[in-house]
Amino acid sequence: MSKFVSKEQKEVPGLSTSSLPDIVFMMLFFFMMVVSMRESNILVQQSMPQASEAQKLEKKSLVSFIYIGAPLDKKLGTEARIQLNDQFATPASIAEFIASEREARDEVDRKLLTTALKVDKDVKMGVVVDVKQELRKSSAFKISYAAAERKDKR
Amino acid sequence: MAHKKRKVPELNSTSTADIAFIMLIFFLITSTMNVDSGITRILPPPLDPTMTPPEIRKRNLLEVRINSADMMLVKGKPADISELRDITKMFISNRNNSEEWSEKREVEIPLLGGTYMASRGIISLQNDRGTSYNMYLQVQNELAAAINELRNELSKEQFGVSFTDLIDQAKIEAIQKAIPVSISEAEPENIGGNN
Repeated sequence: MSKFVSKEQKEVPGLSTSSLPDIVFMMLFFFMMVVSMRESNILVQQSMPQASEAQKLEKKSLVSFIYIGAPLDKKLGTEARIQLNDQFATPASIAEFIASEREARDEVDRKLLTTALKVDKDVKMGVVVDVKQELRKSSAFKISYAAAERKDKR
Repeated sequence: MAHKKRKVPELNSTSTADIAFIMLIFFLITSTMNVDSGITRILPPPLDPTMTPPEIRKRNLLEVRINSADMMLVKGKPADISELRDITKMFISNRNNSEEWSEKREVEIPLLGGTYMASRGIISLQNDRGTSYNMYLQVQNELAAAINELRNELSKEQFGVSFTDLIDQAKIEAIQKAIPVSISEAEPENIGGNN
């Protein structure tokens, strides 16, 4: 008989689960930090058109937004305006905006930068075309027409 | 009789973690995180004024024009937005090699069995400055839908799964090469538009 085998069966001590809530809380806080809140407050009307082929924008950190729509403040008229960051802008300042957006990213990511055009559905194409021409000039070719996803009827 | 001192039994707290987990998962799923979605397009580089545009035969061009009243002309004929998808699919696929729709050209795609007869067709989209963005996006959406449907069909035929479910990057690229997104946007007009 081997002398290392004890005669009585030893019980495995139960795993302490007292730290589980802490782990869960840590996760909860982590997700709360990661979820990005809306960065800029919107000054223009934004009711997105719907499109069945809309795809999710993958890397949010590589997307810069251009908002176009009629001002929310009725005193500023009803003509569509462009909003960059936190203020109204003209098409001429888009080149500067793109440059600063590129500046803020790593060199590796600059090519992957997407410009998301968040355009109100009542806006006329004239403004959008001006913006697109400016984007072409500043070689920000990758754009995304923001649209809400819609379940297709067919 | 002697009164026994009774201990208050301790509450079992092992399940609090589970409850917290369930709550965490519930909130994770229900919170929408306002996901941004949209139709991605690549803009062409600025035009070189010295370059002459290449000649494109008429049958290879699907002209889609939208005016300032959001009305659409496809190949010179008025059309409804609901017809656009089928017209585009017919234009690109052209299974019967009809004279009316786009020509084919041979493209080397090893994954699709050597040469594939891809379409020469180009969709030319022209809008007015007065076109509403909603209409423009609906047209873009229908064109994208047509291309996606064709890609799905080809992918199902070749690989047995739809294009959106493909994981292999080489297969994705093969399908993309066979059916490219060939939408050309003309410089806009300003006829009936007041910006």
